[in-house]
Amino acid sequence: MTAVTEAPPPLAPTAPEAKPPRRRGRLTPYWLLLPGILWLVVFFALPMIYQASTSVQTGSLEQGYKVTWHFVTYWDALSEYWPQFLRSVLYAAAATVLCLLLGYPLAYLIAFRAGRWRNLIMILVIAPFFTSFLIRTLAWKTILADGGPVVGALNALHVLDVTNWLGWTSGDRVLATPLAVVCGLTYNFLPFMILPLYTSLERIDGRLHEAAGDLYARPFTTFRKVTFPLSMPGVVSGTLLTFIPAAGDYVNADLLGSTDTRMVGNVIQSQFLRILDYPTAAALSFILMAAILVMVTVYIRRSGTEDLV
Amino acid sequence: MPFVTWLKRHLVVIAGLLTLGYLLLPNVVVTVFSFNKPKGRFNYEWQRFSTDAWKDPCGVAGMCGSLSLSLQIAVWATLGATALGTMIAFALVRYRFRARGAVNSLIFLPMAMPEVVMAASLLTLFLNMGAQLGFWTILIAHIMFCLSFVVTAVKARVMSMDPRLEQAAQDLYAGPFQTFWRVTLPIAAPGIAAGALLAFALSFDDFIITNFNAGSTVTFPMFVWGSAQRGTPVQINVIGTAMFVLAVLFVLVSMVIGNRRARSKA
Repeated sequence: MTAVTEAPPPLAPTAPEAKPPRRRGRLTPYWLLLPGILWLVVFFALPMIYQASTSVQTGSLEQGYKVTWHFVTYWDALSEYWPQFLRSVLYAAAATVLCLLLGYPLAYLIAFRAGRWRNLIMILVIAPFFTSFLIRTLAWKTILADGGPVVGALNALHVLDVTNWLGWTSGDRVLATPLAVVCGLTYNFLPFMILPLYTSLERIDGRLHEAAGDLYARPFTTFRKVTFPLSMPGVVSGTLLTFIPAAGDYVNADLLGSTDTRMVGNVIQSQFLRILDYPTAAALSFILMAAILVMVTVYIRRSGTEDLV
Repeated sequence: MPFVTWLKRHLVVIAGLLTLGYLLLPNVVVTVFSFNKPKGRFNYEWQRFSTDAWKDPCGVAGMCGSLSLSLQIAVWATLGATALGTMIAFALVRYRFRARGAVNSLIFLPMAMPEVVMAASLLTLFLNMGAQLGFWTILIAHIMFCLSFVVTAVKARVMSMDPRLEQAAQDLYAGPFQTFWRVTLPIAAPGIAAGALLAFALSFDDFIITNFNAGSTVTFPMFVWGSAQRGTPVQINVIGTAMFVLAVLFVLVSMVIGNRRARSKA
């Protein structure tokens, strides 16, 4: 993680050593860090510890909770809610793959083909951020509505027959099916894929493409052997930035899905805010966190770009 | 077949523009439906054109109140997160000290954590402390999750800064404060601005963490969430459209100003 920060500043290749300019005050960095780090320790790290302790408590709201090291809560939570866990991972994975497939051409377009339209397209990618994402997700209800143009077109092309058979949709509707939820997740997190992809594509030296062409590589070969490998940091951070929030999301599953598409986020939300079963809720959210940390670590190791952040 | 060659050559452009269309489609729908006159409570089906909602944007009980609350929280969260985050970023880039690795991980973890997990754990803390959920708990939560993004944005800018500029300022007898105020801060400003803008957008739009830690306080995203169950008023689409247009205008204007400045310097 620190590999990037250790590198010398790129603007000063001949600078003797990127040593701190101010030597006085060995305590200065600590004073600079103190307020922010304190905030994160008290409101990020400490809550995690509280949650860990809550997950091994037993009791009830009326009589209060006590730490009893009741680890069975974890087992119970997993055996009751494994379908929601599985669904979260599957939906998030599907949305991530779709984001990569949809986002790559757009990032490539902005980086290499857009010319003077580059800034405008960039603005159009970022601007939806400023319209509340809930409003935009609700708009998908209109777009995918029963009897609407999208459902009609899919029906006419017999796509719905295929998706019905696959279990992605049911009946003549898209709303309240897995397809709608994955579509919403893909839409929601697409910018988080495009921006890192664009950043890493933009860094690629255009002369490499020319060189590949000079060596008789066809455009697709150039892409496969030069462009795509060089964009790997963007691919890795883009997939992480879409997969992690998508796996924990409950907004799309709630607004666009049905009770058959509930994800683990929905369960955590209702356990915490409606059923008020805090130990189970805490255990569930710990399992989600652990699962994601394990998957992310394995993924980063495998893709070999550990100095991402 | 000329069409096929044409298609092959422009395949990336076509695919990219289709994605852009997918990204913007909901915004188009939001804009169109802000001019709708719905029959019932739900604004999901087109009935007929009307500018009623635009003439009376605050005609829905509680909506504009929640909007101003969200703006206030976003402003304070931006100020807090930007101040704390900039300090951390400078410390990380400019100084070698022990526990740097630990600090880096602590910055990274909130970004790599599903929001639900953070939201739930923070609620556990507040419940254990017996804190009154509301404005302050929302603000605390927002500063917490915006902080890492500010640090990342500012760090990127400060890292690409030439340290010799500051050395030069000191050689010209600028004191540490003068060097910081006249040299360091102006160069770091774009990074700080980017971080602040990101923090504002994240805080203003946040639903999941707010949903857990707001108690009975209603921010704008929570108002939208509630209205999805009860029936969405057209005014929500008006606000959505206005926000989109304002954002595009803001970015366009700041780009024009930036271009002018760059030209006048050259």
